Amino acid sequence: MWKWLHPYAKTENAYQLCLTLQPWLWGCALVCLIVGTVWGLAFAPQDYQQGDSFRIIYIHVPSAILSMSTYIAMAVAALVGMVWQWRTAYMAMIAMAPVGAVMTFIALFTGAAWGKPMWGAWWVWDARLTSELILLFLYIGVIALYGAFEDKQQGGKAAGIMALVGVVNIPIIHYSVEWWNTLHQGATISKFDSPSIAPEMLWPLLINLAGFAFFIAAVTTVRLRSEIVLREMHRPWVKRLADESGVA
Amino acid sequence: MSGLRISGLTCVKRDRVLFEALNFQLMPGELLYLRGPNGAGKTSLLRIITGLSEPESGEVCYDDMPIASSHSFLSALIYLGHKAGLNGALSAMDNLQFWLAQHGTEVSPSGIYAVLETLGLVGLEDIPVRLLSAGQQRRVALSRLWLKPAKIWVLDEPFTALDIAGIAWLERQFKQHVDNGGMIITTSHQPLSENAGKHSTLDLEYRF
Amino acid sequence: MKHLLLGIARRDVRIAFQQKAELVQPIMFLLMVVTLFPLGVSPAPETLQRIGPGVIWIAAILSSLLSMDRLFREDFNDGSLEQYMLSGMPLSGVAAVKVLVHWLISFLPLLVLSPLLAMFLNLTLDMYVALIATLILGTPLLSFVGAIAVGLTVGLQRGGLLLALLLIPVFIPLLIFATSAVDSAALHLPYYSQLAIIGAMLLLAAASAPFAIAYSLKVSQN
Repeated sequence: MWKWLHPYAKTENAYQLCLTLQPWLWGCALVCLIVGTVWGLAFAPQDYQQGDSFRIIYIHVPSAILSMSTYIAMAVAALVGMVWQWRTAYMAMIAMAPVGAVMTFIALFTGAAWGKPMWGAWWVWDARLTSELILLFLYIGVIALYGAFEDKQQGGKAAGIMALVGVVNIPIIHYSVEWWNTLHQGATISKFDSPSIAPEMLWPLLINLAGFAFFIAAVTTVRLRSEIVLREMHRPWVKRLADESGVA
Repeated sequence: MSGLRISGLTCVKRDRVLFEALNFQLMPGELLYLRGPNGAGKTSLLRIITGLSEPESGEVCYDDMPIASSHSFLSALIYLGHKAGLNGALSAMDNLQFWLAQHGTEVSPSGIYAVLETLGLVGLEDIPVRLLSAGQQRRVALSRLWLKPAKIWVLDEPFTALDIAGIAWLERQFKQHVDNGGMIITTSHQPLSENAGKHSTLDLEYRF
Repeated sequence: MKHLLLGIARRDVRIAFQQKAELVQPIMFLLMVVTLFPLGVSPAPETLQRIGPGVIWIAAILSSLLSMDRLFREDFNDGSLEQYMLSGMPLSGVAAVKVLVHWLISFLPLLVLSPLLAMFLNLTLDMYVALIATLILGTPLLSFVGAIAVGLTVGLQRGGLLLALLLIPVFIPLLIFATSAVDSAALHLPYYSQLAIIGAMLLLAAASAPFAIAYSLKVSQN
């Protein structure tokens, strides 16, 4: 069933795939983000309780959801690399990592910023924010481990194992932090739980979610291209590419 | 006995291709001398042959079976790399006894003492290995070759830290092992003298 | 096979006792870290009792991170690990035995020191019993999961701090459940569920970590 994926184990094919996909991904990302953000920030109705400050969920929720999905995608790439020994899989994993980390940071930043008008504090140790913070640490760990190796192929395998250990731990961490939060805060409702969300508010959220996803994919393809070229500098096809585009 | 067969071996380290599509065979009764400048990939090749490293592509077969699935390969192999494989806090006797147990070979303590004696280590068997000189530590590591009966000797620069007499003696031991039907792959920075007997050569180049 | 693995255990024990000074250092570190808290926060008995379980567990995690590095580093550096990999013994078995031996050697001093720590932090007897239970179940978990990351960093020059970066997020659930168990004990509430969860994590780790550790060591050897 996955036969169509096999050619992309070769870095040259993966590079070409990135080149073809890139304009589409950027295009979709731009369209969705503009539509979703403008709709959400300007046109969606005001929240009954929170007024205009709730609008930050149009940034916060997509980035939070996608920070988690990107980590899972990283772990899947690591698994593919481990089982089928694909270099491109490890390269894709490393390409995704900083993007996911930045998404996590955005989620943390917007989550904290939301707290100030609501709860009067810049940072609250609420379950979701704490889980996001730990997720950021997991990302940084994978990135740091990869960077510590001279041999990037070895580094890819090592970072891959850490990504898999992390992905197994994410549900454990998530539930333990949630439980810890109930122990220490009693029955306060998490500020990120909305009882039910009206359709006029839901659509811009979903569009922004798609927009962020395309954005992450677009940035990942750019990073993957650079990673491939950097690692395969000595291959003839890269040299040919450099000659064709008139570089050095 | 078809010996060791290396087919289509490619090695990539730090994104540099060290060697590509390497093919050769090593039969019982042969000594292969691996030559090449520093960084040419000799150590990497030896480690791939022993199974410690994975090649980019290609395979190593012993008796027509890939070494990963061969039951007899590891018991027929002794590998001595750059690192001596000895713990500095333990004595030579302790180190060797533990090593022999792990490799499924039984040798009585007197047998071990006898081998260490032939290597000129009398009186040094029971002190922590870190107190021995580099050459003495190398000899302790080499003693494994006579403690475990193994057909295949894969040796990475075995002459390091040995004096001239030691080198000549070791070369004669190589000839004896090969004459008895064993096989040896070794690297060295100096050419093998005629003490080692007849041998074939494989040259690795430094590739950019 | 069992005989061979026992041989590895004997070797590790003998090596560890050749360097007795190194055995004491992690425990001294733990003691000093615990001492920092009354000095840095407050020596008031109620405060210490409140923060006590967390302090001991955090100190245990930090001291464990420091001592874990020696699990494979020496064998990696002197080439013994290579010889293990060529011996025909399953590397996962070797790894499991080494982790267990390392745990026993690090944990027993902690057990001996624990009454002193409990006294320093004004823990009640109920809290102390819960603490020991969490330590018995939780410290092997630290060793097993930690060994995976140790296997990955054993070839790196400055592995120590990176090891902490990798492992601290992974140890957070253990910290939460262990401290919650001791806190529950302080309130005379049952804490079997927390212990059960830690136990479950330990079983999962004991079953799967040896294979992950073996894989990590092979990656580092490459």
